[in-house]
Amino acid sequence: MASLIGSKVERKEDKKFLTGKGRYTADINLAHQTYAYFVRSTHARAKITNVDISKAKKAPGVIKIFTGDDIAREKIGGLIAGWKIVSQDGKDMKVPNHPPLAKDSVNYVGDHIAVVIAESLEEARNAAELVNVSYKILKAIVDTGNAMQSDTIHEGIDNNLCFDFILGDKKKTEESFSTADKIIKLDLRNNRLIPNAMEPRACIGDYNSSSDELTLYTTSQNPHLSRLVLSAFGGIHPEHKFRVVAPDVGGGFGSKIYAYAEDAVTAWASKKIERPVKWVAERSESFLSDCHGRDHITHVELAIKNDGKITGLKVDTIANIGAYASLFATVTPTYLYAPLILGLYDIPSAFINVKAVFTNTAPVDAYRGAGRPEATYLIERIVHKAANEIGMDQAEFRRKNFVDKFPHQQCLVHNIDSGDYKAHLDKALEISDYKNFKNRKSESAKNGKLRGIGFSTYIEACGIAPSAVVMSIGCGVGLWESAEVRFNATGNVSVFSGAHSHGQGHDTTFAQIVGDRLGVAIENIEVIHGDTDKGPFGMGTYGSRSLAVGGSAIAKACDKIIEKGKKVAAHMLEGKPEDIDFKDGDFILRSSNKKKTISEIAFACYLPGQFGDAKSPLPPGVEPGLKETSFYDPVNFSFPAGSHICEVEVDQNTGETKVVKYTAVDDFGTIINPMIVEGQVHGGIVQGIGQALYENSHYDDSGQLTTASYMDYTMPRADNFPQIKIDYTTTPATSNPLGSKGCGEAGAIAAPPAVMNAVIDAIGTDVSMPATAEKVWSAIKKNGYKKAAA
Amino acid sequence: MKNFNFKTATSTKEATKLFSGRAAFLAGGMTLLPAIKLRLAAYSDLINIKKIKTLSGIKASSKSLKIGSASTHVTVASSKEVIKSIPSLSFLADGIGDPQVRNRGTIGGSIANNDPAADYPSACLALNAIIHTSKRKIPADKFFKGMFETDLKKGELIEAIEFEIPEKSSYAKFPNPASRYAIVGVYIAKLKKEVRVAITGASSSVYRSKELEAALTNNFSASAINNINISSADLNSDIHASEDYRAHLIKVMAQKAVSNC
Repeated sequence: MASLIGSKVERKEDKKFLTGKGRYTADINLAHQTYAYFVRSTHARAKITNVDISKAKKAPGVIKIFTGDDIAREKIGGLIAGWKIVSQDGKDMKVPNHPPLAKDSVNYVGDHIAVVIAESLEEARNAAELVNVSYKILKAIVDTGNAMQSDTIHEGIDNNLCFDFILGDKKKTEESFSTADKIIKLDLRNNRLIPNAMEPRACIGDYNSSSDELTLYTTSQNPHLSRLVLSAFGGIHPEHKFRVVAPDVGGGFGSKIYAYAEDAVTAWASKKIERPVKWVAERSESFLSDCHGRDHITHVELAIKNDGKITGLKVDTIANIGAYASLFATVTPTYLYAPLILGLYDIPSAFINVKAVFTNTAPVDAYRGAGRPEATYLIERIVHKAANEIGMDQAEFRRKNFVDKFPHQQCLVHNIDSGDYKAHLDKALEISDYKNFKNRKSESAKNGKLRGIGFSTYIEACGIAPSAVVMSIGCGVGLWESAEVRFNATGNVSVFSGAHSHGQGHDTTFAQIVGDRLGVAIENIEVIHGDTDKGPFGMGTYGSRSLAVGGSAIAKACDKIIEKGKKVAAHMLEGKPEDIDFKDGDFILRSSNKKKTISEIAFACYLPGQFGDAKSPLPPGVEPGLKETSFYDPVNFSFPAGSHICEVEVDQNTGETKVVKYTAVDDFGTIINPMIVEGQVHGGIVQGIGQALYENSHYDDSGQLTTASYMDYTMPRADNFPQIKIDYTTTPATSNPLGSKGCGEAGAIAAPPAVMNAVIDAIGTDVSMPATAEKVWSAIKKNGYKKAAA
Repeated sequence: MKNFNFKTATSTKEATKLFSGRAAFLAGGMTLLPAIKLRLAAYSDLINIKKIKTLSGIKASSKSLKIGSASTHVTVASSKEVIKSIPSLSFLADGIGDPQVRNRGTIGGSIANNDPAADYPSACLALNAIIHTSKRKIPADKFFKGMFETDLKKGELIEAIEFEIPEKSSYAKFPNPASRYAIVGVYIAKLKKEVRVAITGASSSVYRSKELEAALTNNFSASAINNINISSADLNSDIHASEDYRAHLIKVMAQKAVSNC
C-alpha cells in the first residue's frame, strides 16, 4: 500500500463547499429564533451620557433591548486579554475593562452600545435607528506614533501604555554596535490590515430553559477556548452545561480566534429571553469590529563588519493594540514577534523594546503570521539595505550570515532544531533564474519599466507551543492539543480533533495521517471537530499549529490503538504481543505469518465473543472497545523557513507596481498533502503581496475608518498576481512525531519584504507599505526621475 | 433595506405615469440597490424599467450610434455595431466594474447617476452625445451638472444615448485598485469638426479639458501634450490619490489615449 503521507489526496471537504452545501452559522435557523442588531458607536472616543431606548422598545417586532447597564447589573464579565506581559520595570501590563456592551464610554467607531432583539432582522434594524445615544465627544487618539504623548484613553493607564517590554542583552548588544564597522538604520511602518475572511462573523445563542443548557453556534477558530473564556470570565453559563459549536467556518486568518462581544451578548441574551438569538455581521461590521492586524512603527539598527558579518541588532517598536486588549493582542507583538527578529541569521547579540499602546481604533490582534510577519519584515528589509550598503550580493550576504549548524540556540529565545537554509536559497536562486535577472531588467527597461528583485529568507516559529514554557511567560492556557481516534465496530474510524478547520483541509490531512498509520482507506475515516459536545477539549487552530500539534496528537492516539490491537491480535492468533508486527492494517504473528486485519480486531473489540464459543477474543484485563485519546504537548516550537524571491516591474509614469515573477522554496518539514500545502502557500503569498502593495486600514484624525468597504479597502484580486512558482526542501522537525513544521502562515510572513525589497531595488529609494502607485510615483519623483536604462 | 412598492412598467409612458412620491427608476440597480441596502437611500416606489422594449437595442448609422438606455455594459461591450463604429466605447464598457456589474448595470443608469468616477459620462462628453429622454433631447454638454447631478427632471426617463461616430477615439483609465472606478479616466475623440477630451474621476464631475483639446486640435499626437501643464486646482484629493497625482495622471492617461487612437 502506497503511503498516504506526501500524497496529493483530493480534499474530502471540497464537494460540499464547491456545491454550496457547506453549513455555516448563518445557514442555521432555529425554531422561535429572534434577530439581534447592535447599536454601535459612531464616535471614536466619547462619554456616553444617556442611552434612550424608550422609542425603540415600542417599535414593531421588538422583543427586548439590552444596554451596558443591563450587562453591568448582571455582572457579566468583560472580554479578556489572555496573555500577561510584564514590563521592563517589573510591573504587569495594564489593561482596561472591556464590557461586551459599553456602559460609560466608547473607544472606537463600532464599539458596542446596545443590542436590539426583534422578531425579524429588519425590525431589529429599524428599532436600532430609534435608539438615541447621547455622547460627550472627546478627541480621538488614532496615531500609533503619538499615542503615548496624547490624552489618556483609559483611566489609570498613563501614556496609553499597555506595557513596555524588553528582550535581549542590552549591554552585549551595545558592545556589538560600538565595535561595528558599519551601522545600518531603518524606520519602518507595518501597515494596519483588516482580515477580511470570506464569511463574516455570526453567532446564535440558544438557551433551553427545561434542561438549563446553553448552546452557542459561532464562527470560531477554537470553540473550546471560547467556551472556557465565556464561562470562566464572562460568567455566561457553567462549562458543563454550555456547548459551543463552530460548524463550517469560511476563513479566519486569526480574526476568529477570539470570543467577541457578540458571542457573549447573544449567548447571554438568549438566556434572558429564553429564545434563540441570532446575529450575522454585515460586511461593514466586519470592517469596523473584527480585530485588525499588524500596525507597528519600528526603528531598527543593524551592526555589521566590513566582511558582511552581522554582529548585533537593535529594535524599537511601538505596537498599536487598538481600543482594548484582545485575547492574544499582548503576545502578538511580544513573544510571537521579538524572538523572531533575528530571522534565520546567526546574530550574536540583540535587544528589542516593544511599547504597546492603546488608541481609539478597533482592537488589533493576531492576523495570519501574528508578530512573525512584522519581525520578518524588519530583518529582511534591513538585511537588504545592509547588503546594498556594503556592496554585497543579496544572496551572498544572506548565505554568509545563515545559521548552518543545528540545533542552534539563538541569542534571544529559540532553540532551532533543524533546517538547511542554503539548500532552499540555492533552489530558489535556480528556479527564479537569478543569474539572468540583469537580462530581464534590460528587457523591462526597453518597455519603459523599472524592474527590481527582492529576497526574503525567513524563519517562523510555529507549532505553538510547549504548555509549561508558554504559561511561564504569561499565557493563560496550555497550548497542547487533543485527539480521539475511535474505531466503530464495522471497521471505519471517527477521529475527533481539538483543532479546528476553517479552510485548512484538516478533514483530508488528518485522515491521511490516520489512514497511513492504521492502514484504513481514507473514505472510511471521518474527522470531526468544532463542537465542544463531541470530542475532548482542544486549543483550536492558529499559529500554524494544527498539524505539528494536533496532527501529532492524532498520530499518538493511533499508536495507542496499534498497541492495544497487538494485545488483542496476539491473543486471537495465540502468540505474544511482542511477536506481532503491524503493517498496512494487518496484525501479523511473525512466527506463523497468520494475521488479523485491524477491522477484524475492531470488530472483536466491540463484539467480544461468538456463538458456541465462550472464549473471549480479548486477553484477560483488556477492556472491550477500540478508542484511544491523546493529549499531545509539544517539546518545542517548530521552525519552518524558506527563501522567497520576487521580481516587480514599476511603471515609472504612473508608479504602478506589478509583481511579475515570484518564487517560493519552503522547508515545512514533512509534508502530508502537497496539494493542500500549495494552496496554503499561494494564499499566504497573495495576502503578503496584498499587504505590500494594496491593503491598508486607514482611520482619519477623528477616528472614522475611511477604508470601511471594498470600495476603499483594496483587497487584491487574481489579476494582481503572476503565476507563483513553488518548491520545497525538507528537514523534518525533530520536535514532533510527524516531523512537520507548519505551512499556513509562511507566505504572509515571507512575501511583504520580498515584494518591498524588489520595489526598492527597482526605484532605488525607500517607500512604505502599501507601495501604492502614488507612493511609488512620489518616491521616484522625489528621488529624481530614474531613467530606465535599456 | 426599508420596504418599498415594486412596480414594473412595460412602456416609457407607463413608467413616467407610475413615477410619483419618493420614487426611483430601477434598471440594473448597481448603485441604487447598495444605497438602499446600506440605508443611505429609501424610496416609496421602485419602478422596474427593464421590461420596456423601446429602451433596448443598438443602432448605428453613418453618423451616429444610438444605444438604448437599458443596455447592459456587457451588451455594449460585445455589440458588433459598437465594435465596428466606436471600438473605444466597447473597450470602456468592458472595463466597468466586474462581470457581475457588467451583466446588470446599464448605460442609462450610469449616466443618470453621474458618479464623478464613472466611465460612461466621459464617453458622452467626448463623443458629443445626445441624451434622448422621455421629454426631450439633451446635449451631453448640458446634461452633466455636477457631482451626482444631471439636467434630468423628476420622473424624466433616459431612453437612449446617441453618440457621434468619431474619426478616431480612445479611452484610457487609471483605475482605483479597490473599486476599479476611475481615479482618472481620459476619453479622447477626434470628431469631424473638433477634438474633444473628457476627463472623469479627477474632479467633482466629468468635464472637458479645454487645454488638452486645444493642444490636440493643433497637433493630434501624444507629443503635443508633453509641455501642457495640468493644474491640480479643483481636482479631487482623497486617500487614493492627491490632486497633484491626479493632475499627473491626466497627462499620462491622455498621452496613452492619444497613442492608442
